[in-house]
Amino acid sequence: MSTATKEHATLAEDFNKDEERVNWHDGALWWIRQKRDISAKQTPQWEELREAASAIKSNVLSNLHDYLLQFESNLQKNGIKVHWAADAVEHNEIVYSILKARNIDQMVKSKSMLTEECHLNEYLEERGIDVINSDLGEYIQQLDKEPPSHIVLPCIHKRKEEIGELFHEHLGTEKGLSDPTLLTRAARKHLRNIFLNRRAALTGVNFAVAETGEYIVCTNEGNADMGAHLSDVQIASMGIEKLIPQKKHLGVFLRLLARSATGQPITIYSSHFRKPRQGQEMHLILVDSGRSRQLGRIDFRDSLKCIKCGGCMNTCPVYRKGGGLSYHNTITGPIGAILAPNLDMKKHADLPFASTLCGSCSNVCPVKINIHDQLYKWRQVIVKEGYATNKKIAGMKAVAWTLSSPLIYKMAGKTVRFFLNHLPFVLQNRFNPWYKQRDMPKAPKESFGQWYIKNKGKKKKP
Amino acid sequence: MSSRETILTTVLQNQPPLTPLPDVSIFKVEQEDIVQKYIDTFISIGGKIFSAESMDALKTLMTQNFDLTKRVVTTLPELSDIAELYSSSADPRSFQDVELAVINGHFSVAENGAVWLTDQVMGQRILPYICQHLAVIVRAENIVSTMHDAYARIGEDQYGFGAFIGGPSKTADIEQALVMGAHGPLTMTVFVINNNYNTIQNIQV
Repeated sequence: MSTATKEHATLAEDFNKDEERVNWHDGALWWIRQKRDISAKQTPQWEELREAASAIKSNVLSNLHDYLLQFESNLQKNGIKVHWAADAVEHNEIVYSILKARNIDQMVKSKSMLTEECHLNEYLEERGIDVINSDLGEYIQQLDKEPPSHIVLPCIHKRKEEIGELFHEHLGTEKGLSDPTLLTRAARKHLRNIFLNRRAALTGVNFAVAETGEYIVCTNEGNADMGAHLSDVQIASMGIEKLIPQKKHLGVFLRLLARSATGQPITIYSSHFRKPRQGQEMHLILVDSGRSRQLGRIDFRDSLKCIKCGGCMNTCPVYRKGGGLSYHNTITGPIGAILAPNLDMKKHADLPFASTLCGSCSNVCPVKINIHDQLYKWRQVIVKEGYATNKKIAGMKAVAWTLSSPLIYKMAGKTVRFFLNHLPFVLQNRFNPWYKQRDMPKAPKESFGQWYIKNKGKKKKP
Repeated sequence: MSSRETILTTVLQNQPPLTPLPDVSIFKVEQEDIVQKYIDTFISIGGKIFSAESMDALKTLMTQNFDLTKRVVTTLPELSDIAELYSSSADPRSFQDVELAVINGHFSVAENGAVWLTDQVMGQRILPYICQHLAVIVRAENIVSTMHDAYARIGEDQYGFGAFIGGPSKTADIEQALVMGAHGPLTMTVFVINNNYNTIQNIQV
């Protein structure tokens, strides 16, 4: 890769150096996947729900223009000020101008992947505005100056001892304290003060209803509500794809979201914001940032149906073994790998290759996005546009050459079998990427072709 | 062109041909004993639940289960002898020392344990989030089966703020260890008022 950032495989390799951590990470996420399965099986008409959710989102994408207008007009009727941002910079400028108009230099923010994508915190900090992330996982990541590694579980890659160390340094907890309950209590106490003293609060948006002009924010911690209801100025940032047509459709989505995410029947808090509190100022920012472009990509537009449950990450063997930070993108995992190339194809050219194409992501997706098909299709676009690495192009050419001639194919097979069985060190060394973190298989003495020819005439034993 | 116009123009250009909305009236779940289903679900998500046959019975349960010497607030005039009635125009920050808040819920949902509350019953939006312990009163006949029934019930209600709350505030962000009381209440209790139930019945503490 010619880009400054390391590519996925290299970053995943770094994560793999700590075997104990990788095994823990792998197991923790698989456990969440299993909780999702139990929850799904207990829900009658689960597959029909997924089908309905997917169809509702298809309708949204096919009528987005009108829904946006309807939503805007209803927001205004409800007394919410509407802003439109074409890109990340414009979004950040809008937030800054809202705060500046009220002379506010401190804000509290609940989980919002969109503002992570826009690098809002950095933008505001450069202008003297302090932002604190209030979701516990995001708060921990902020203390450690790292982006979230998972959209639902931002610090799933961290061990409790590391979090204890961060809290000792920043919150003055006892050195060596690593009990999750005590650490959570320390954060609760510290953040309560923050909630009480910040005049501005920003939240993300899970769903926005065109019909009524309300938006829904889902959390388990209650942090979005603590910030919002104590603030003088409340701001919500949402991607334009978060709309749904009618309120009754929330029934479908709220039944699917938490069950797909963590196996819970619903998030603890599902807050419906419709009008500002008396004396409060409420703003909503509609952000495009590449979404309208993705809408025009026939093969990839369905990625905009995503409701950010993180289910595809929990099930993905590459994600579980490589860690979220290896995706070097705000939205990690399989869904991140099909959203990112739309934003910057060159920078994210490696991501669609970070998959075994096993299809598990598509099977758990609550809105039935064909994630693994899109990963496969992005690979073709990326190679065609000239963004594949030279190593990858050389490798593919070698494979194409080998497979193009039966003679070369047979010779290649023979050679590999010979080395694996007689001189294994030729293949089992650090120059062979397949040998990293795994043993090479034992090769059979003969190929299937050779076996077939030998056994062709023989009769089946009675 | 403003960003609004640019976005709308690009969206119109790029959106696919119109596809129909699906029929969501197909989702019907019949519950045999909806009250029992609700109780089971609410306990499974970490809630505490009591069944009471009257407001007097409820008061007795409150005295037995909560520390009423600390600040207890309510929106229900019938509880004014044991809790403080508060004004909906007070500064939201003034509720930071509330130990227990007791409010009415509109209805509950059996499939997930959540209670539907709007600012009408909250009095103050911050209240169910800032208190250390939350108690909500729901009448047994106001329990619905699923979220589809829930939204049918909400209908055209013109609330300014509404929320489903299902259990105490939770986090599992540190090594997936479940901790109750992240930022919101440490516990949530639902009092089911059920005139048909056996006399005061302590289901689970």
